[in-house]
This record gives sequence, structure tokens and C-alpha cells, in this order.
Amino acid sequence: MNFAVLQFPASNCDQDAVHVLRNVLGHSARLLWHKETSLGEADAVIIPGGFSYGDYLRTGAIARFSPVMQAVQTFAANGGPVLGICNGFQILCEAGMLPGVLIRNRSLQFRCEHVFIKTLTPDSPFTNQIPDGKLLRVPIAHGEGCYFADEETISKLKSNNQVLWQYVNAAGEITDDANPNGSLQNIAGICNDRRNVAGLMPHPERASEPLLGSADGKLIFESLIHSLQSKQVAKAA
Amino acid sequence: MICADFVHIGMKAKIIITPKKAVLDPQGKTVQSALEHMGYSGIGSVHVGKYLEIEVSGDKETVRQQIDEACHKFLSNPVIEDYRLEIE
Repeated sequence: MNFAVLQFPASNCDQDAVHVLRNVLGHSARLLWHKETSLGEADAVIIPGGFSYGDYLRTGAIARFSPVMQAVQTFAANGGPVLGICNGFQILCEAGMLPGVLIRNRSLQFRCEHVFIKTLTPDSPFTNQIPDGKLLRVPIAHGEGCYFADEETISKLKSNNQVLWQYVNAAGEITDDANPNGSLQNIAGICNDRRNVAGLMPHPERASEPLLGSADGKLIFESLIHSLQSKQVAKAA
Repeated sequence: MICADFVHIGMKAKIIITPKKAVLDPQGKTVQSALEHMGYSGIGSVHVGKYLEIEVSGDKETVRQQIDEACHKFLSNPVIEDYRLEIE
């Protein structure tokens, strides 16, 4: 499988994403500079974390207008899978590819720590390999990770099964204490209504090798690979 | 004869962007709390926003329409922010 990992000025988790896809999971991954207008042979797009454009104006507000995003929008409109991690999630929301917005953490602090997230549904290209009930221990590192949307949007996300991950404590309970940034409903990640575009604030690419303290994040990439491979098999049949 | 409305050199678009009331504003709350602790009385709620100044030139109405569009599409995020635009 071929992955395109976007690179904006001041993206800083791009190399980690490429490392996991290429060296840990054995697939082809390349960095794609934000000025490129074609995704080439990419089967999936990863929008990595960082501080694109210095988070100037609003996080992700400027990156969403980069030339490459036009190709990403078309790719997604044609059903191509796109995963936004942290700043990537922020960019997808600013681009209108995901509903809602990420605002300043409730505590006003930059939170850099491991959290637990619960997967709400295996029904997506990003969660299909995550065993039911398994909590993922993944790191967060953000100052603007508080997910916000109006009541109607939140309601629709829930009824449509679009909330993919929620922050929980070690016992798997959705509590206020387990919420590191004030996100409504402890939402850590969502997908669009077509289920091919997803975003999450935690960093699965920093939790894909036991050496880094947790390999739970790998399950998200494995889900994506599984989904792509299944599509390939279906096409060949 | 120069038409006064056509070329306004040195016009400024002044934009005030504020968080919508429904949005959590921890910055505002923190500033409010700090003001109270500093001993200022009668302090109500505080909302922290942004102010932008953009130097513009051209026909005033066209400029207003363009900046208004920029405000809506880019300079503010309508999900969480309101804006006020003045061209002077």
C-alpha cells in the first residue's frame, strides 16, 4: 500500500508517521510537500501533527488552503481514506472535511501525556482491527485539542456513529477527569458521514512500538491497511 | 477631477473577531478571575478576541465585499467566532 504523508511548513510529526508506515508496518510511505498538486499513487493520505504555519490565525486555518489540500479534497470526495492526526485533525476541521472545530484546551495548558481512549465502533477504515473493549494508551501533545461543535452537530455525530474515540480513564470510564482538554463528550476523534475521513488528537504514530511505551496506536494504522487490502481484493474479484 | 469614492489610498479594514457566546472561553474566564483578584470591582464576564487591520485600496464597496468574504471564509471560523468589519 502507498501512503502519502503531507508536509506543511512546521509539520513535525511527518517523519514519525512515515517511520511507522515504512519501517514498522512495511508499507510504502512518502512525504508530500504542501505545494504539490497531485497525490500520485497514494492509496491513503495522512495529515500529520505539528504547528503548521505556526498555528497563526487559528490552528490549521492557513494549511487548509495549501495547494495539496485541493488534491486531498478530490481524493476524499472519491472515497479515498484520509487520516488527520492532531494538527491534521485541526486542518481537516478548518477545511470543512470534518465537522466542528478544535479550540484551546479548557485548562489553557499544553497537555503532553499519555491518555486512554476507547474505540466506539469497529465500523470504519480506522478502527476495524481494534479488539472490542480494548483501551488504547496513546500520547497527546496539544494546546488546542478541545473538540467543539454545536448541539445539533454533536447529536448527529453520535446518532450516526461518527464518534470513533473518546477519552476514558484506565478503567474505561468516560469521566471529566479523564478528559485532558475539555472536549465535548470527551470526543478524541471522529469521522465524516461517509466514514472515509477521520481525525483524532492523540498520536498513534508515537505509540506504534513497545520501545516508546505503547504499541496500541499501531492498531489504527493496521485498520487502515486492512481496509485498503480488503478493497483491493474486492476489486480484483 | 478625482472621484472621491474611486481611489482611496490608505483605507484600512478594521476587523474585530470575538468568540461566540456558546463557546467555552477559558482565556476570558482566566482574565476575569485575574482582574477580580487584582482588586477591580464590578467586573463581569470577559471575552478575549482578535483585532486585525488590513490596509486596502480600491473601490470602497468592492473592497468591503471582498474583505467580508475573506472574513467569513478565512479570517474567522464561523463555527466559533463572530466578526465585525469596518472600512475607514
